[in-house]
Amino acid sequence: MFKRILIANRGEIALRVIRACKELGIETVCVFSRADRGSQYLDLADEAFCIGGPKSIDSYLKIDQIISAAEIGNVDAIHPGFGFLSENAHFNEICRDCQITFIGPSPEAMQALGDKNTAKSMARAANVPVVPGSAGLIEDDNEAVRIAHEIGFPVLIKATAGGGGKGMRVASNDLSLKQALIQARTEAQAAFGNPGVYLEKYVDRPRHVEVQIIADHHGNVCHLWERECSTQRRHQKLIEESPASKLPADVRRDICDAAVRLVRQCKYTNAGTVEFIVDQENKFYFIEVNARVQVEHPVTEMVTGIDVIKSQILVAAGQALPFKQDEVLQRGAAIECRINAEDPDRNFQPCPGKITQMFVPGGPGVRFDSHAHAGYVVPPYYDSMIGKLIVHKPTRGEAIACMIRALDELRIEGIKTTIPFHKKLLAHATFVDGMVDTKFVERELLG
Amino acid sequence: MAESSSSVFDMDRIHLLVEFMKEHDLREVDLQEGDQKIRLSRGAKEVAYAPQSMMPAPSSAGPAAVSPSTGAVADAANIKTILSPMVGTFYARPNPNSEPFVKTGDHVEANTTVCIIEAMKTFNEIPAEIRGKIVAVLIEDGEHVDTDKPLFKVEVGK
Repeated sequence: MFKRILIANRGEIALRVIRACKELGIETVCVFSRADRGSQYLDLADEAFCIGGPKSIDSYLKIDQIISAAEIGNVDAIHPGFGFLSENAHFNEICRDCQITFIGPSPEAMQALGDKNTAKSMARAANVPVVPGSAGLIEDDNEAVRIAHEIGFPVLIKATAGGGGKGMRVASNDLSLKQALIQARTEAQAAFGNPGVYLEKYVDRPRHVEVQIIADHHGNVCHLWERECSTQRRHQKLIEESPASKLPADVRRDICDAAVRLVRQCKYTNAGTVEFIVDQENKFYFIEVNARVQVEHPVTEMVTGIDVIKSQILVAAGQALPFKQDEVLQRGAAIECRINAEDPDRNFQPCPGKITQMFVPGGPGVRFDSHAHAGYVVPPYYDSMIGKLIVHKPTRGEAIACMIRALDELRIEGIKTTIPFHKKLLAHATFVDGMVDTKFVERELLG
Repeated sequence: MAESSSSVFDMDRIHLLVEFMKEHDLREVDLQEGDQKIRLSRGAKEVAYAPQSMMPAPSSAGPAAVSPSTGAVADAANIKTILSPMVGTFYARPNPNSEPFVKTGDHVEANTTVCIIEAMKTFNEIPAEIRGKIVAVLIEDGEHVDTDKPLFKVEVGK
């Protein structure tokens, strides 16, 4: 087992990893930027090193500084958390070259799954449904029409070099398809310098359902069931839950089995999340694999009773997972609200600044994961999440009631937070009925 | 008092010492316990602390200047500190058999190499980046440093 781990991250997730290490008797080394100097959670680590300026690019993304800290900190392993370098195959390799265990998959697995196209072919090879679409880029419009008829309208035109919704167009018939292709190509050229586009089946009102997996180095690959993450705003998750509401039991089983099949196919090890979209007919399609631990791992921990971070550490240390698939059960319902330092009344504008007062909720089934405290100054350089409020109750209805109760107790003063917005969401009929899709928040609550 | 401590850095003990010094009109008290040292200097303006270890700055018990150096008083305006730009191991000498790059009293220019910081098997020569005279060496050979760790104090200009 490792003696010492360096946590190449900050804030809430760094604190989460410190906690797991302490329970395993492992010493911790933290790194911090100038902006994070003095953060109270750093006092819980055995050592902490300043690695540079406030901007991520000058600190948390500086591989050389982090590796240097790992060397003088004399660590056996690095936990990358999420974001930052957690899916950087190059960093992963450097750790390996320096004989420091990277707590995550191998650089090869990470690289293969990081490429969406490769990931999709691996999914096909594992008999995991992918979103139907063109095999490659659309060369001519007649081909586009043919493919659109094959996969069925409506279709989504996507830019191959793209992201952020640019170069995307929906078309519902042949005529609008030809128009849309012209527009999409033009926009893609302007935004990315590459007019290449491909087609995908457009899924109306998709649900974002993902499966937590964990695999050890002894051939044991388990899923830890699924999470519903459809409650989003602009592709940013707001609320996550497990189990996914309104998912039939057979679909749940199939989607989780599909995730395991894919992970075995890729020879992936350690923790990861397989993302799917689920359409209104409960058909699911593979989207991508997130080769790291995720923000919302606590909802999985609550319903399964399995500590995901500890499992990551055990796997990385070469130990066998202490459970088999048939021992992993989902008990009750868990919901997580991401508490962000943002003003919901001003378009969710980030609100860095000093937290003057803070009162944290508690009681049965309530968990609050946060590095914040009264007197903490939320820095402007990093993402705005300051904590995660998680509840776990025997039923979803009770979990919703408990979350409302906990949100009422949670007081964070001095900055604006998304607490009031969460209360609105939890009272909203669509959410309560579980009839969520990835756009319902924007459609129904944000006008 | 939360815990009793026999450490020279115990805050309650320091307060007692300060009171003792005032009461008996003492100017300077030097304490050493093992390899922990503290010097309390009662000058015209301020009582200052000179901790050796990585203690967090104590909340002010008065106008105390906490200086992470071996100097006992707050820095004058023309004293600048050279800080480490990176994480690594500090070496005062180009190699184990040579003289240190700089000593107290040496004059430095902006491009004078003052030390080496080794990181990931690379030996980085660190320039002074200020012009002046070294008045204090704050780090020992072989010590680990991180970003912004104070290395040298320089009296600027001359």
